[in-house]
Amino acid sequence: MATTDTVERVSALEAEKYRYGFSTDIEMDFAPKGLNEDIVRLISAKKEDPEWLLEWRLKAFALWQDMPEPTWQKPDVPQIDYQDVYYYAAPKKDGPKSLDEVDPKLLETYAKLGIPLKEQEVLAGVEGAPRVAVDAVFDSVSVATTYRKELESHGIVFCSISEAVKTHPELVKKYLGSVVPYSDNKHACLNAAVFTDGSFVYIPKGVKCPMELSTYFRINAQETGQFERTLIIADEGSYVSYLEGCTAPMRDENQLHAAVVELITLDDAEIKYSTVQNWYPGDENGKGGIFNFVTKRGACRGRNSKISWTQVETGSAITWKYPSCILQGDNSVGEFYSVAITNNCQQADTGTKMIHIGKNTRSRIISKGISAGRADQTYRGLVRVLPNASGARNFTQCDSLLIGDKCGAHTIPYIESRNPSAQLEHEATTSRISEDQLFYCLSRGIGEEEAVALIVNGFCKEVMQTLPMEFAVEAQKLIGISLEGSVG
Amino acid sequence: MALLKIENLSATVGGKEILKGIDLEIQPGEVHAIMGPNGSGKSTLSYVLAGRPGYEVTGGSVTYDGKNLLDMAPEERACEGVFLAFQYPVELPGVANTTFLKHALNARRKFLGEAELDALEFVKALRKKAKELNIPDEMLKRPVNVGFSGGEKKRNETLQMAILEPRLAILDETDSGLDIDALKLVSEGVNALRSADRSFLVITHYQRLLDYIVPDKVHVLSAGRIVKTGGKELALELEKTGYAGYEDEAA
Ligand SMILES: Nc1ncnc2c1ncn2[C@@H]1O[C@H](COP(=O)(O)OP(=O)(O)OP(=O)(O)O)[C@@H](O)[C@H]1O
Ligand SMILES: [Mg+2]
Repeated sequence: MATTDTVERVSALEAEKYRYGFSTDIEMDFAPKGLNEDIVRLISAKKEDPEWLLEWRLKAFALWQDMPEPTWQKPDVPQIDYQDVYYYAAPKKDGPKSLDEVDPKLLETYAKLGIPLKEQEVLAGVEGAPRVAVDAVFDSVSVATTYRKELESHGIVFCSISEAVKTHPELVKKYLGSVVPYSDNKHACLNAAVFTDGSFVYIPKGVKCPMELSTYFRINAQETGQFERTLIIADEGSYVSYLEGCTAPMRDENQLHAAVVELITLDDAEIKYSTVQNWYPGDENGKGGIFNFVTKRGACRGRNSKISWTQVETGSAITWKYPSCILQGDNSVGEFYSVAITNNCQQADTGTKMIHIGKNTRSRIISKGISAGRADQTYRGLVRVLPNASGARNFTQCDSLLIGDKCGAHTIPYIESRNPSAQLEHEATTSRISEDQLFYCLSRGIGEEEAVALIVNGFCKEVMQTLPMEFAVEAQKLIGISLEGSVG
Repeated sequence: MALLKIENLSATVGGKEILKGIDLEIQPGEVHAIMGPNGSGKSTLSYVLAGRPGYEVTGGSVTYDGKNLLDMAPEERACEGVFLAFQYPVELPGVANTTFLKHALNARRKFLGEAELDALEFVKALRKKAKELNIPDEMLKRPVNVGFSGGEKKRNETLQMAILEPRLAILDETDSGLDIDALKLVSEGVNALRSADRSFLVITHYQRLLDYIVPDKVHVLSAGRIVKTGGKELALELEKTGYAGYEDEAA
């Protein structure tokens, strides 16, 4: 069984200590620090936006200026000095035409990242490499796109969003901001004004995407905010599995990350979206670390369509993230599988919203939260059933695991049902790693950190099983790495 | 040289003195049985030997293979070849039995400077040993001890022992809860491991087990002290008389 095998591969954790902390010295082409209308215009010009997109950005920017920061989350978010951030950074050269032209330093970076998905081979174009297509986002500009030809033969579009604006303007114009409007919240609004890159995927009618699509995000320039924007459209009867993963170099300055992801499924279509998030979490005392304010939302517009989110969140100083599903089409299905680990001084406020609009819509929420050190974490979830959603069903399971006695875990489920036929189930547990379990492992020769990783991976198994194979291995390692030093 | 030498060992649990001066010496290849009334300190002794936190040694010494056992961390003791089959095996939700065993075996191999077993070799060896103990493949995939019956848990402990091939195996009531056929299988498993350089400390309440695993010595532990030591016939005698005569001696 694949998952058993991958669990078995969790070992040699000592060697894996956060070694993702380094930065690559590639000359950056910065726009000046700070944000004003000129910067928005400059970004738009650099991206060669059409007129409608510039207008959209400007509207977003105008709204953003007066928009209050969200305040309802549990984490204390320090005042962000938006004028002290770069909003545009890109490798100096023009985009390379082939992998041979990719800056060797970049390839070195991937090597140092120990990218497990054989992505390196894919990036390097090695024959027989697994069929994982990578649209690598190095800071803000896509520098490598592989397997495009094969995807093209299926009519699949997988490219950077700025390219899609030029090549598929009708699709972008129709769907951009249709799930997450720029007015949604302050972070999404900022993203709309200044987004520089991200991925675009279109799967045509009836096409099952023949490979996992994958993007690595990586912050690489000091004090450069990341404003990725991803748009995935699965047309009628199509299917795609998309992987997003990220690591970040060690930094002292807090870095702002405000991404937006929009998913759309039409009739009978399915999108599976998996994330492993490992942005730099800050040091043991909470110094540094990424602010990860992400707006992810999917709309099941069609009948019998399905959107499934899986996330493994181990990084960032502050995580603010609620991948959600709007279940419009009758019989549509939304799923949210989440593992969130907070250690040391990390804070996370994460969960999901399932909005049941269509008839017989179903949703399933499995959340596993692990808190260690002085970390604090909140599951915040909303299940809303609207009057027409007869036969709607939801199952929610929220389990928290505490390691040590200085951390916190909170579960805040909001349930609003306006249809009496809806069936909603909610289960929640909070537990600790028991001394008995730990000693049982020790007595078999397994060291303390490895034991914790094993036990925690066991606790998260239901979620980890939903990850694509290539991701599962890395995610299991990350669980071990992110909990190092949490016991003893 | 003795494989295990316990001298005047005393220990407290939760501030209460449970072991009150234990002396015990086990030579390589020997099987020793410990019997004694409930609450006399048998499991406590086994936990102290395995290094369980909370079991505080207040006096005496334990030498294992010429080394000070009490100086070692629990996982180090295991890697050095000390194995404890728990009286109450612990459940590990979500951790597949196979995965757990593989981690355990590779930890020991790494400690000994041996290469980790590759997945295929490991699974082959595991299946073979599981079969001998009548443990179905399906149980290997299930999470460690979760939902296992009492007897299945004990067989699973025996399987771990068989895979880890310890030098000193401490079996804490591994026979309790086993049906007659399983008792035979487990005993055969233990006997198959008996060798000139491997020793066993078998804690049991029942002479029956010792019909299958014939001990070199039998000790009676009462109120934290070894109050009598004899040959295998001592177990037979205890079966008839019970511990009545020994409780005074301990006091
Ligand atoms: N944490 C603790 N605090 C106080 N007393 C304890 C603690 N743990 C164990 N004890 C006591 O130590 C004594 C010895 O327990 P132990 O489990 O070693 O007995 P045993 O000989 O193995 O008994 P059994 O035959 O029932 O398995 C018992 O009286 C028990 O209640
Ligand atoms: Mg006992």
